[in-house]
Amino acid sequence: MNQHILSVLVENKSGVLARVSGLFSRRGFNIESLAVGTCETPDMSRITIVVDGDDTHIEQVKKQLNKLIDVIKITDITENEHVERELSLIKVHADPGIQRSEIMQVAGIFRANIIDVSQKALVLEITGDSEKILAIKDLLEPYGIIELVRTGRVALQRG
Amino acid sequence: MKTGAALLIDSLKEEGVKVIFGYPGGSVLPVYDELYDSDLRHILVRHEQAAVHAADGYARASGKVGVCLSTSGPGACNLVSGIATANMDSVPVVALTGQVPTGMLGNDAFQESDITGITMPVTKHNYLVKDAKEIKRVVSSAFHIAGTGRKGPVLIDLPKDVLTQAVDPKDVLSKDAELRGYKPTLKGHSRQIKKALDMIYEAKKPLVYAGGGVISSGASEELKEFAELFCIPVTTTLMGLGAIPCDHPLNLGMLGMHGTEYANYAVTECDLLIAVGARFDDRVTGNIKYFAPNAKIIHMDIDPAEIGKNVCPDVPIVGDAKLVLSELCKMAEKKGCFCEPWVKQVKTWRENHPLAIADDGKLHPQYVIRKLSEILDSGGIIVSEVGQNQMWAAQHYGFRRPRQWISSGGLGTMGFGFPAAIGACFAKPGETVVVIAGDGSFQMNIQELGTVAQYEVPLKMVILDNMYLGMVRQWQELFYDRRYSYTELPPVDFVGIAKAYGIKGMLVDSVKEVEPALRKAVDYEGPYLLDFRIEREENVFPMVPAGAAISEMIGKHCKNAGEP
Ligand SMILES: Cc1ncc(C[n+]2csc(CCOP(=O)(O)OP(=O)(O)O)c2C)c(N)n1
Repeated sequence: MNQHILSVLVENKSGVLARVSGLFSRRGFNIESLAVGTCETPDMSRITIVVDGDDTHIEQVKKQLNKLIDVIKITDITENEHVERELSLIKVHADPGIQRSEIMQVAGIFRANIIDVSQKALVLEITGDSEKILAIKDLLEPYGIIELVRTGRVALQRG
Repeated sequence: MKTGAALLIDSLKEEGVKVIFGYPGGSVLPVYDELYDSDLRHILVRHEQAAVHAADGYARASGKVGVCLSTSGPGACNLVSGIATANMDSVPVVALTGQVPTGMLGNDAFQESDITGITMPVTKHNYLVKDAKEIKRVVSSAFHIAGTGRKGPVLIDLPKDVLTQAVDPKDVLSKDAELRGYKPTLKGHSRQIKKALDMIYEAKKPLVYAGGGVISSGASEELKEFAELFCIPVTTTLMGLGAIPCDHPLNLGMLGMHGTEYANYAVTECDLLIAVGARFDDRVTGNIKYFAPNAKIIHMDIDPAEIGKNVCPDVPIVGDAKLVLSELCKMAEKKGCFCEPWVKQVKTWRENHPLAIADDGKLHPQYVIRKLSEILDSGGIIVSEVGQNQMWAAQHYGFRRPRQWISSGGLGTMGFGFPAAIGACFAKPGETVVVIAGDGSFQMNIQELGTVAQYEVPLKMVILDNMYLGMVRQWQELFYDRRYSYTELPPVDFVGIAKAYGIKGMLVDSVKEVEPALRKAVDYEGPYLLDFRIEREENVFPMVPAGAAISEMIGKHCKNAGEP
């Protein structure tokens, strides 16, 4: 089992995401993460799909995706040099006082931004690869994570 | 100004459509109103499922795209099995459905269904048209997608307000649709073809395994030329029947679950399997671990996703069977039969293990099929239903040419055959079209007798009537200790029903009546129904039990086909 990152260029039309995700569920492929948005040209979207599977499994995924009329191009960027990021927002329990300053310190080390402050909680914004996000999550866990949301990974080939 | 409905009719005509099969309703009334004084021929069926099967049968018989039309909601939903049937067998069909007005989409309006959502997994592609300006573009793309590459069904959903929308001709979007994500590979890679040739030269026991892809690409001449060039025996799938003539010396008939013994032995023994337009379906391979266990594999298919899906080939070739095979023949240097002992071996198997039928004076279905084949001189178009009738027809009719055999292979849809045969009659007027049905399957779309009667469709209906859901009963007999749970059907007076529709028919319950009855039906100018009361517990043999190796057949060359 390997993790593959597929960058899928599709027509920017309604129903395309349903076709793509439907194909995965229908064939029992599990999507690890999925991120979608318009790209450099407004009539296309780029979907970044992270999927687990052995090589033959991934080969099938790619071939099946390629059969969709609205899919323009698929690049498996796992093997190539690439950059990848995801964004996460973490709402963490933070009483004013020592606790709060500790959390702010952690945020500083991870270059996370604090984007909301209230009596009882802070909201942190962090970008990075998955490991970084998991690492800060682990560190914040003892304070009490109230809510956490991740965008899913986006990736681009280098160069 | 032109309405969406008028643009639709124009587009269909531009695509060369002559006949469509449909059923009206509120949301498609604008189209029906246009049809009223159009010269497009519309055939009114009695159930939408029959409309799509008829379009499918039309497509399979003619090689052109079949078209059906239904209203929204219930009408559209009734198309689903038929669309899935066409999808599984890669048949080019364009299904047109009415839809509630765009303003009501998603509101659970009266007779609304999300038919594009529902059919997404069973169409090659589908469209929801939101503006009448797009109709021409969408229709031409739909026909292009349905009829090229690996063919398949495309659905176009048309909201009522789009059908009534008036468009200035200068605003109509041009037809040449841009399909940048759709570029089927037709030409096989020449290096791969070279590799395949080298492998063929090295083989001692090569075998061709030809599927429906050969039929849909029109590659049967090339297949024959290729097989003859090297003297390689050919076995076909259920969908590939007719790809090579029944009496060709290299033809081994069908392989798989109900394949011939000799074909299944040949696959098990071969050292090179050349799959052409076939997809290693489980009904063909049996337990895949023991399928062609000693063979290297060359796999040619137009659909790259089929390659490596079930087996991993040594040489994959993506491309259209016709082009790839003719390229193979062209590039071949060494020619001639270099595996004589193998061909002889296969011939011996064929002589020693023929498909036999009992000769005990009882009315056996296999006999009916063989007589039919004899009377039609292996001509005509044979459409089957699903079940034992289908397998008997596949085994015992002698097919000579492609598009002569029409059957639901991938989905195995009961109720397919009768309406598909009606479609075939419209595709090939002047040809004798026969539907071979079980009493169960025939009753799944029996209402189409109404269509046959109304249009005087000269279809010959042969019912192999065992008063059972025979194929299921067979499995119950063999694997469920003869516990016939809900598979017995009471006798039906099919001839009486036909008569009620004004159709002629005859009940046949003895061997000696078979030939005269068949002759009478074939010679009769209009539709004719024959109800053959066959041996009730006849089985289809040989049979590979599910999960077994295909060499492990039961009921092998038994003289009395009733006993395994
Ligand atoms: C729509 C549908 N429902 C159920 C089945 C399962 N099935 C396969 S064969 C068969 C029995 C067919 O009986 P009949 O049409 O009488 O033909 P026979 O096998 O007796 O020739 C059934 C129920 C099916 N293939 N299609």
